Parts: sequence; C-alpha cells; structure tokens
Amino acid sequence: MTFSSYIKSWGVGIKSLATGMSISMMNFWRKPVTECYPENRHTLQMSDRFRAVLTMPHNANNEHKCTACGICQLSCPNDTIQVISKTEAAEDGKTKKVLDRHVYKLGQCTFCNLCVMTCPSGAIVFSQDFEQSVYTRSKLTLQLNQPGSVLEKKQA
Amino acid sequence: MNLELRTLMQLIDEGLRANLPKFWAVAIECLSVGLALLAGYAVLAMLLIYVERKVCAWFQVRIGPNRVGPFGIFQTVADTLKMLLKEVIPINHVDRFLFYTAPFVVIAASMLTFAALPFAKGIQAIDFNIGVFYIMAISSISILGILLAGWSSNNKFSMIGAMRSGAQMISYELSVGLSLLAIVMLSGTMQLSTLVEQQADLWFIFQGHVPAFIAFVIYLIAGHAETNRGPFDLPEAESELTAGFHTEYSGIHFGFFYLAEYLNMFIIAGIAATVFLGGWQPLHIPGLDGFNYVMDFIPSFIWFLAKVFFLIFLSLWVRWTFPRLRIDQLLHLEWKYLMPLSLLNILIMAVLVVMGWHF
Repeated sequence: MTFSSYIKSWGVGIKSLATGMSISMMNFWRKPVTECYPENRHTLQMSDRFRAVLTMPHNANNEHKCTACGICQLSCPNDTIQVISKTEAAEDGKTKKVLDRHVYKLGQCTFCNLCVMTCPSGAIVFSQDFEQSVYTRSKLTLQLNQPGSVLEKKQA
Repeated sequence: MNLELRTLMQLIDEGLRANLPKFWAVAIECLSVGLALLAGYAVLAMLLIYVERKVCAWFQVRIGPNRVGPFGIFQTVADTLKMLLKEVIPINHVDRFLFYTAPFVVIAASMLTFAALPFAKGIQAIDFNIGVFYIMAISSISILGILLAGWSSNNKFSMIGAMRSGAQMISYELSVGLSLLAIVMLSGTMQLSTLVEQQADLWFIFQGHVPAFIAFVIYLIAGHAETNRGPFDLPEAESELTAGFHTEYSGIHFGFFYLAEYLNMFIIAGIAATVFLGGWQPLHIPGLDGFNYVMDFIPSFIWFLAKVFFLIFLSLWVRWTFPRLRIDQLLHLEWKYLMPLSLLNILIMAVLVVMGWHF
C-alpha cells in the first residue's frame, strides 16, 4: 500500500461511513411500516394477490356456479380438493350430475391457485380472510358449498 | 429552589450525623451509597435495554415493544423478572470454579467503573487523583471475565468468541487510552472532579478544538468497540458463534453479562461526556452571560444524563447502521488507522498545549 493510497483510503472510508449513517438516519425518521394487528382489524388492507383460504361464492338465493366437473380436483398438486357429485333427475327426464359436496382440506393446501385458474365456470376463489387457526386438525377440512345450495341457472 | 441532588444528600447527611454516633452515620452512608449505585446500575440497565430496543425499531422502521404497559415501558421489567426466575442450568465438563466466577468478574469490573463516574455536582462515589487511569485499568478487567467465560465453557464457539474478544479489547484499549491522554495533556490532571471543574467555562472539546475533536471521535469508535457491540460484536456474533463467550450461560449468570454489556455502553458514554463534553457542567459560551445564567438553572444530573443519552444514541445509530467487521478488518481499523491517528493527534495536542493555541 503506497502512502497516497493509504491517505485516499481514509477519505473513502469516512465517506462511505457517512453515507451509511445518513441513510440510516433517513430511515429513523420514516413512519413505522409495522401495524398493530388486532387493533387495526377494521382498517386492515390486504394486498391483492394474497391468498388465505379457498371459498365458493354463493349468491343471495343460495346458488353457486360449480358444475361438479372435477377439474379443480385433477389440477390440485397435493390432493387438497375432493369433488363429490351425485346424479339427479332433471326436469326433461334425463339424469344430470350435480355437486353434492366440495371438500377442501385447508391444512393440505399450498395456495398455488391452480384450481382457481383452471375452473371453467369461475366457481371458486381465494378469499383474504386469513384468521383460520383452529384447535383440531379435523376442523381444517371444510365443505365449500353451503347446505341446500344448487347450481346457478344460466342467464337466458 | 435548588433541584440539585447534592442538597438532598446534605440533608440526609446532617440528619444522620445529628442523631447517630459518627461511626454509625458513616457506616449507614457508605451502605446507602453502595445500594444506590447498585439500584442505579440495575435501573439504568433496564432503561437502556428498553431504549435500545425502541431506537433499533425506529431505525428499522418498526414500532418496537408496545404491549407491556404504555408504549411497552414495562417490557424490560417483565424480561428482568423472567431472567431472575429462570433456572441456572449446570453444564457438564466445565471448569466449575472459573465458569461460575466469570460473570461476577465482568459485572464487578463494570460496577467499579460505574461507581467512579461523576453523575452530578458533588455526586461521585470514588474520586481518585488518578481517576482516568483508574477507569482505564478497572474497565479492562472485564476482558478477563470474558476470557474466563470462554475458556471455562469447554465449547469451541465460546473459546473463539473469547479469543476474538481478547484481540479486540487489547487493541482498542490503546486508542481509548491515547485519546484520553490527549485531554489529560490539555488539562494537566487525571482527577475526574478536577477535569469537570476545568470545563466550567468551556468544554474540553471546544477548548482543545481540532485535536480534542479528533480524540473525541477516536474515543467514541474505540469505546464502542470495547463494549462488544455494533459492528464490533465479533465476540458474540450471533450468526457465527451462537452467542460467543456466553453461549453456555443461563438464568442470572447470562443476565449479568447482558446487564454488563448495556452498562458498559453507559459507562463509555459517561466517560466521553465527562472528559470531552464537560460532565455535569452546563453548556457555557464565554461572553453570553445571559445564556450561561439560564443554562445554570438546569440541574447538573440532567445535564450529565442528557449528554450521556445523546452519546448512547450515537452509539446505537452506529450499531444499527454498519455490518459486522471481519477479525482482520477489525485489527486493520485499529492498528493501521486509529492508532497512528491517535499518536499523531497527541503530537498535535502537545504542540497546541506548549504554544498555548487552545482556548
């Protein structure tokens, strides 16, 4: 190390230290980004792409859009979804496959969104309701269609 | 109205001397001074841990402890209670005597240094005529405790931590000593009370201007390294050595190391405030008599604590800004940068004192 480079290293060192200190001082005066969680429940802003639990939206007449095609079950990488269908007699005399139970195991889900992306009728979505902790594992097995719900009639 | 702590002390002293024989009055006073220092030590440590956590949180754009009590002020009280109730886990194959002695060595060293600080006008437990020397000597005993802790733990991480600590403390002690020496040259005394008295009109950092300021900065860097914190926390180095020299300690023994670490921060800031920033003396500017008069109304212990906490804030600022140094970088910084500069600084100070170029 030559003498001139030694002198130079002093300058470089002091300059870089001053830069670091000024940056942390800038951060010191910023507003904290942390939120106090249980208190801010009512004003909580979740980010758009956050996925917490799979849900099947129902309209006011207790109707959903699931046709029980089973594509979500097929596309699920880890067997989280089980679509249980039943056959029913339709008005014109033919038999028709309808949804009996849409079983979703929250404890097994990796929230990959493949089921929602492949669903042809847009029957399932991920909600942002993240408060899903329960005391027993069996409670993590959910039925997504509400009892007594039927397939929504196509708009004529 | 006099807000100085000294008036309270004098009242107590007169009351005791009037009602008791001299021996018992002195004995009770000695005991209560000791108790007050111990209590102050513990309370300051708790306060410092809270301050550290809050300031750290603000630097990281967080909120920090905010659940226990308003703004989380009882967080460290709760932590201390937890620490006191925890079990001291016996470790197999340690050198038992040294293992259990080490935390006491560390805490005794920092306690003895703490006792020598002049906290306010007339509030100083130990006032030697070699005060600066005493502080330097006694504060370097804590390195012995750290080395013992690392050695007796019979653990490679602890040993590496202790060895790093040894290299670090011995190196940085030099800069601390040399930078304090610059001020000792300027003032011509080592007695802390006299040092403070000489700064009544103007603090040493202004009296000695350039060399005093350089000494101040070197002292802050080297003193910060002595406390094993911030970018100089190699002896603990969580990510490399679990917790370094105190890996094997639990319960109150760990608590002692923790307490000593935070109090050392206070002690380093306290010495810096005493030697460079006028100790408990208010800020006086020669010529501005009105300003000086107003400043005298603020009690001296508030001046001292304000200066100390300002310096502690600087140390926290550094700690939460820079990444940890490697051991070779650490030694580079001391032996190639700080030490030559402090030696040069002493030369400048000598010229300044001889030529009378100071204020």
